[in-house]
Amino acid sequence: MSYFNQDITKLHAALTSGQLTAAALTHATFEDIKRIDPEVDAFLTLNEEAAKAAAAAVDAAGINADQPLAGVPVGIKDNIVTKGLKTTAASKILNNFVPVYDATVVEKLQAAGAIIAGKLNLDEFAMGSSTENSAFKTTKNAWDHTRVPGGSSGGSAAAVASGQLPMALGTDTGGSIRQPAAFNGIVGLKPTYGRVSRWGVIAFASSLDVVGSLTRTVRDAALTLNVIAGHDDKDATTAALAVPDYTAKLGASIKGMKIALPEEYLGEGVDPKVAAQVQKAADQFRALGATVDTVSLPHTKYAVPAYYIIASSEASSNLQRFDGIRYGFRAKDVKNLEDVYVRSRSEGFGPEVKRRIMLGTFSLSAGFYDAYFKKAAQVRTLIARDFEQVFANYDLIIGPTTPTPAFKIGAKVTDPLTMYMNDILTIPVNLAGLPALSVPAGLVDGLPVGLQLIGKQFDEQTLLQAADAFEQATGYQDAIPGGAN
Amino acid sequence: MISKDSVAHVAGLAKLAFSEDELQQYTAQLDEILNMVAQLEPVDTTDVPVTTQSIHLENVMREDVAVNETDVNDLLANVPTKKGTLIQVPSIIDKEDD
Amino acid sequence: MNFETTIGLEVHVELKTKSKMYSPTPVSYGAAPNVNTNVIDWGFPGTLPTINRGAYSYGIMVALALHADITRHTHFDRKNYFYPDNPKAYQITQSETPLATNGYVEIEVGGKKKRIGIHELHVEEDAGKNSHEDDGYSYVDLNRQGTPLVEIVSEPDIATPEEAYQYLEQLRQIVQFTGASDVKMEEGSMRVDTNLSVRPIGQDGFGTKTEIKNLNSFNHVRDGLAFEQKRQIQLLMAGGAVRQETRRWDPAKKETILMRVKEGADDYRYFPEPDLPPVFVSQQWIDEVKAKLPEAPAKRRARYVKDWGIPAYDAGVLTLTMEMANFFEATVAAGADPKQASNWLMGEVSGYLNAEHLELKDVALTPAHLAGMINLIADGTISSKIAKKVFQEIIKEDVDPKAWVEEKGLVQLSDPAKLTPIIDDILDNNAQSIDDFKNGKSRAIGFLVGQIMKQTHGKANPKVVNTILMTEIKKR
Ligand SMILES: [Mg+2]
Ligand SMILES: [Zn+2]
Repeated sequence: MSYFNQDITKLHAALTSGQLTAAALTHATFEDIKRIDPEVDAFLTLNEEAAKAAAAAVDAAGINADQPLAGVPVGIKDNIVTKGLKTTAASKILNNFVPVYDATVVEKLQAAGAIIAGKLNLDEFAMGSSTENSAFKTTKNAWDHTRVPGGSSGGSAAAVASGQLPMALGTDTGGSIRQPAAFNGIVGLKPTYGRVSRWGVIAFASSLDVVGSLTRTVRDAALTLNVIAGHDDKDATTAALAVPDYTAKLGASIKGMKIALPEEYLGEGVDPKVAAQVQKAADQFRALGATVDTVSLPHTKYAVPAYYIIASSEASSNLQRFDGIRYGFRAKDVKNLEDVYVRSRSEGFGPEVKRRIMLGTFSLSAGFYDAYFKKAAQVRTLIARDFEQVFANYDLIIGPTTPTPAFKIGAKVTDPLTMYMNDILTIPVNLAGLPALSVPAGLVDGLPVGLQLIGKQFDEQTLLQAADAFEQATGYQDAIPGGAN
Repeated sequence: MISKDSVAHVAGLAKLAFSEDELQQYTAQLDEILNMVAQLEPVDTTDVPVTTQSIHLENVMREDVAVNETDVNDLLANVPTKKGTLIQVPSIIDKEDD
Repeated sequence: MNFETTIGLEVHVELKTKSKMYSPTPVSYGAAPNVNTNVIDWGFPGTLPTINRGAYSYGIMVALALHADITRHTHFDRKNYFYPDNPKAYQITQSETPLATNGYVEIEVGGKKKRIGIHELHVEEDAGKNSHEDDGYSYVDLNRQGTPLVEIVSEPDIATPEEAYQYLEQLRQIVQFTGASDVKMEEGSMRVDTNLSVRPIGQDGFGTKTEIKNLNSFNHVRDGLAFEQKRQIQLLMAGGAVRQETRRWDPAKKETILMRVKEGADDYRYFPEPDLPPVFVSQQWIDEVKAKLPEAPAKRRARYVKDWGIPAYDAGVLTLTMEMANFFEATVAAGADPKQASNWLMGEVSGYLNAEHLELKDVALTPAHLAGMINLIADGTISSKIAKKVFQEIIKEDVDPKAWVEEKGLVQLSDPAKLTPIIDDILDNNAQSIDDFKNGKSRAIGFLVGQIMKQTHGKANPKVVNTILMTEIKKR
């Protein structure tokens, strides 16, 4: 039996009915990975031995109906720390780093019986939109190996879309879950900031980073969020709110739901074919009984510059700890302390990371703080207010996830600005701390595109309900790389 | 237009070193990025407060209770060079900030 | 030309919490290197800080004791700089919205009172410790990393090295009396950085200031500032200019030594800490801390003088440390006469502690025992001579003085009904001495008292003995 392209829900049914054991599933998963991944290059590190031991333990304990992730192989983006399992953030500066503790999300997945299959590629320190900034390898789009998988959670997206795993964790600072999900035709959920613990997530931009999932279906996203959400005493920025059952509203009618479509999200730079898919999606929602109105988010065009200042400023500070002293890469033949710092960092970080450290350091430096960091933080307020105003009258906002389908490997990597503009539709959500989800919205020129749904803070339930209704109505998620299912 | 000198100064703050070619390249790229960022200038932000955290939590604090659960040898496992349980670093020439 | 001096002091005080400012590892001293650390203290990737509410409460307490205004809406900031003892390469501190502002300390120099303003106080984390060895390496111990600090920044109101000394002494006392810190320079729980500049009298702007580091005692601060004041004035008088520099006090050479010249300000790239939500200090929180705030030393001194008739000087000595003041008050509360309690504490007790290099907490003496002994003297149970013996016992052993003197048979014989027959007996056997006394030889009394003491093994109450002896002699 091949488990290729199964989702969590189906695998759970097979595991509880006795059709399948966790051991057999794990064994088959590594067979699949070894067959598929040499083409896709999604994995940085495999956890085969420990995964097989964990699967045996799950089989021995038995799987209950209320443990949907038990025995299910999952992947972890390599900027999330795993105790005893190498974690690199796809950077040379951490090329031999073995964490001494587990991220909270990893602990929670393990407690739920999920099997950690390995660590997935990303843009170095999650800085990028194509996974080309990895110090180790370039991951390929599951649909077309000459194209990027998106980023920075490109490894996570490609692993799921190519059928190697039903779920992988990613992180989303400016679109890093949603954009690769869209590029690979799968579901990417970025929860509300503070809904999921960041303890153990190697910080890129602390006020923007969120952990979420990449899955084949909306239901799998809900099942995963049920496991990873919640307050964590170790992360003071997590909200102390109860975790609802995120599957509770799946399948419920969306009749009467009020949906907003911002005109700015279909404007300049958005591929007309992508815009057409979004209009089709709007019609689909109308057909399901929702209303869809055009609205305005007037500060949208300022999101990219504000984001690059804020994210880079925070990153410049967060990445100072990589100094070659306590862990990670230390340059050879260093004579004194200054050498340790400058050479370890200059040799350890890749060009995009350095670019952002430079921009961030500049934005915070004496004489420039007010004009750059402070100004950006004020504009952030205006962007958040735009959303608040729309959400006063609407339940949900929709739009494209990305302006275009996946681009060719090498097409943008030498041109930072063009690359940055690729995130224009996802970045505003991070600045406002909102939950958002990308769900497959059909194909354009044979490549998948994503529909982005944006919700009110901590209202993931409405987001999942609407996305599930859309998915059930369209069946777009059934399209898989290499042809019809 | 950001100057090469300013870029070199910022690199110093960030503990990064660039070759002459790199410096040229970073100066050009940073200049381009700063031009993009300059779009914010005309936005009227009079009396607009900053947002540095998006979900507006307050007073998330811990009681003063001590726990020591990490073995020092685990912490030392990734240290490039050490002596006993001390972290070893090539000499600090500038001793001023002890 | 006449010059005036401007001094500002930055004082770091370690707070006496159980756990660190932003991580739950214990705050403790003397552990093996890096043993009291965790992944947060090491700045491991993925770790996050949390706020120690107890440390913040201590900060509020110090601020209240210094009459400062508590900032109600506050957040933390990052101060970025690279150094091996600073693992994250940023210190989490408060820059934009410090814990409190606008406080003061009252000092007295040459009989004149003066208020030194406190610009601000903020809480932050301490760094680890670097040590430098001759093997070409430095070594890092992160045990101290994350220890809660409150930084107290004075206004440039201090005009002389002596005022700086008095300011530090008062500040130390005030902070110590809150119980928030041990404030010991020798142990590093209080650390002082100074800024000093001079300018010709009448000049508007301040002169260029120099900073002195490595000051390990208040005397070093005073001496360092005095040296620096003189150095700067001489430099200006000779037509030179003061450079902005950091200098180090060398106690052996008794001079300040150049460490580095500052070229412009340091660029710490402060920005709001995104990992910690802001803190709102409610009136209720302030009231809670206020309720626990011990009485300030100045108030205590005033009360000792007014209520108990203690001389001002003695009141000052008794309030040098909170331990002593608390001990004194507890002794009075246990029933001792305040003046007697003061005399014993300033005399025998302090003498013993100084000679043995001990502190009150190191000895067995309790306020109850000291009060008990004082009352035994007062009611005539023991003589002041026996009291010295009792004192030697109760300072070393946890014994009740009354029980001890009874057990050792050291209680004075004061009952006339018991003493009169003994005295009569001795007079009967010493007719010669009675004659001698009556013939004006007062020495004879001494002989008779000696005989009585011998008979009673020294336990007779000398006062009572004298009275009875005179009465009985007159009868003969
Ligand atoms: Mg400070
Ligand atoms: Zn400080």
